[in-house]
Amino acid sequence: MMEKQILMGMNGDEAVAYATKQVNPDVVAAYPITPQTIIVERFSEYVADGLVDTEFVAVESEHSALSSCVGAAATGARAFTATAANGLALMWEITYIAASLRLPIVMAIVNRAMSAPINIHNDHSDSMGARDSGWIQIYCENSQEVYDACIEAWKMGEHLDVQLPVMVCLDGFTLGHTMENVLTLPDKAVKEFIGERKFITVEGHLGEVEFRLDPDNPLTMGPLDLQDFYFEHKLQQVEAMGEALKAIPEVDAEYAKVSGRRYGMLHPYRMEDAEVAVMGLGSTMGTVRYVIDELREEGVKAGLLKMRVFRPFPVEDLIEVVGDTPVVGVLDKAASFGAPGGPLYEEVKTAFYDEADRPLIADYIYGLGGRDASPKLIRGVFKSLEEIRSRGEVAEKVSYVGVRE
Amino acid sequence: MSEQKPGWRELPKGAVPYKTSEEYETGDWGVERPEIDRSRCTKCMLCHFYCPEGAIKVREDGYTEVDLRYCKGCGICATECPVKCIEMVRKK
Repeated sequence: MMEKQILMGMNGDEAVAYATKQVNPDVVAAYPITPQTIIVERFSEYVADGLVDTEFVAVESEHSALSSCVGAAATGARAFTATAANGLALMWEITYIAASLRLPIVMAIVNRAMSAPINIHNDHSDSMGARDSGWIQIYCENSQEVYDACIEAWKMGEHLDVQLPVMVCLDGFTLGHTMENVLTLPDKAVKEFIGERKFITVEGHLGEVEFRLDPDNPLTMGPLDLQDFYFEHKLQQVEAMGEALKAIPEVDAEYAKVSGRRYGMLHPYRMEDAEVAVMGLGSTMGTVRYVIDELREEGVKAGLLKMRVFRPFPVEDLIEVVGDTPVVGVLDKAASFGAPGGPLYEEVKTAFYDEADRPLIADYIYGLGGRDASPKLIRGVFKSLEEIRSRGEVAEKVSYVGVRE
Repeated sequence: MSEQKPGWRELPKGAVPYKTSEEYETGDWGVERPEIDRSRCTKCMLCHFYCPEGAIKVREDGYTEVDLRYCKGCGICATECPVKCIEMVRKK
């Protein structure tokens, strides 16, 4: 049943905090860092005002924040945290542990450039660095998507076939601090949608038990795992990501019934007859859509392929949506030093390598350290893609756009 | 170890060990094993307390005994024994 919704003015960070208030997790352990601070501030106000039942742990570092969440989630609690850039870097070893122990923690990443030099503004260098840690990664275009993802994430991660932690990524300041209209569900609808956390059962040393730490049903999680077992446990994580590819659309469909907003792994825009298409992640995709409408008026068959879910990477959906689009430009908001290209570009190219009909693909690294991604810059990318199309080859595989020569 | 280990589809998720450490016999790791000369042993039990594996137990008669299913052959017992009645000998 579609729920009656209330329109609220919220920035992206507030949308995270508000959605999380409605989810009412058992534990929130977080340490403030720009541009994520508003999330922690708002949420601690909810705790102080008695609006949530959450145990708020004011930790001394991000390493402790995620460690607390790991401990809490292992006992069966719903645990949430949020961070950005250097905070995520400090969590580093625990991100892998959370995923390997199969703990469905939800973490908002308010994307910020990694130091040095110190920079508080947006790019994707923080979460892209964590792309191999085993977390599901959702990238949001606007605060509405942020709100919705912060509710859906619990169901995706806790899905019995998945059991993985989820990062909800939103662009620092561009989304984090910008007021937008957000349609919100009633508390009751959110509560019903996420339900209670479900548990898989595992064969522990004393027999079959629910997968959570319980003194009455003792269980050991993640002890020494050497050459003889570690590889098998990694295969289980590979499988879980494969299952997530199936589970995420299921959760999206279920959420659409409640909210009327239907998300997917990829969101195409005017792709049916597109001759030049851009793909990328996050808030810039709104600007791309605006530019596409202008270009269409001018007779350019431009299209957009917004990637919402980066982990697991939706290879089949990508190939299907690109179809016979001849030229695809990838927008990468992170550099991978010494690599053949940006992280998104490399994976897109890998996805198409075995395809007989594959587009010409070029990489455009942009927006590092919050450098503005203006409509003019996006126009420049489309112009470059049109040149590639008329020439029939990619002259410059990786370009850096919006940087001074 | 020649036991048949389960594959990734069978193993419990979340890196939950499928058996206890009691069943995980580490006795074949070492090169040497301790041999106690009970004619000189004073039943001080220091080897029992020093063993990092808990592989040396105290018997009813007060003497200690090494459980070779778990002893990794580190030799700490032999080093700590005040009367030097424990000798490390090469396993055959």
